[in-house]
Amino acid sequence: MARAFQIKVSFNMQHINELPAVEPHLRGDLAIWIFILAELLAFGVFFVVYAFTRARHVELFNAAQLGLDRNAGALNTVLLITGSWCVAHAVAAARQDRQAIAVRWMAGGLCGGLAFLVVKIAEYQAKFAAGLSMDSDTFHMFYFSLTFFHFMHVVLGVGILIILLFKLRAGAYGSHDAHGLETGAAYWHMVDLAWIVLFPLVYVMH
Amino acid sequence: MRQATLTLNRIWLIMLFATLTTWGLGEGGAGGRLAMLTMLAMAFIKGVLVIDDFMELRHAPLLWRVLLIGWLGLVTALIVLSYWIGS
Repeated sequence: MARAFQIKVSFNMQHINELPAVEPHLRGDLAIWIFILAELLAFGVFFVVYAFTRARHVELFNAAQLGLDRNAGALNTVLLITGSWCVAHAVAAARQDRQAIAVRWMAGGLCGGLAFLVVKIAEYQAKFAAGLSMDSDTFHMFYFSLTFFHFMHVVLGVGILIILLFKLRAGAYGSHDAHGLETGAAYWHMVDLAWIVLFPLVYVMH
Repeated sequence: MRQATLTLNRIWLIMLFATLTTWGLGEGGAGGRLAMLTMLAMAFIKGVLVIDDFMELRHAPLLWRVLLIGWLGLVTALIVLSYWIGS
């Protein structure tokens, strides 16, 4: 997309300013956005089916929900939000050719993703140890399948962040081209977005 | 694209606060309509921040912003509906 002009100004370490592009601009590859839409559709259907199934088993869902580790869920929310924040900072830094800073932010995002997986695995282990599984009841069927569906997306997201981290260190991204970085970052934000709905829906609301 | 890091930090703090609110409501055992609507409102706000500022759709062609915020709005509206018919 052609830009009429582009001036980059760096005020200090805190502020980065680019004059806006003339036309609206979708960051990253179009393909990832099609993929993001498809994934959000899948998550959306899953969330709505959960909600309407719950409406037919309110007592069961409310009671079973009490057994969930809400603190783990909240911690995971913080980890994903912070991870997305780090990835957004990494992209901003890369665009200003602050490569070392971008690498550190991306490493932070990756740590958030990995920590999420660790917390989730511990959460599952506690459930299995308590004898709970997908077969236990309708609530747990949803709890395990929905969170595991999301878990696999986090796994893919972590894989993407690892690739982005290595490529950042190799100097692949900068003010000249941050396209691939933005593409991977967009996917990661989608993973965060899905959990933002999932956490209150499954762990808290009753 | 205007990308002030100060904006990103402010957004992160808002999202943390919204998460704390939802968690707090959970800790307090808050059930019922008001709590449910508050938590969905928190989720909606967080989601819009991710879509507009992390995904940067605020500066993208309007179609994408409509699609994603529309997704978020539709899903949360349907969840509200499910609570309405379930109680």
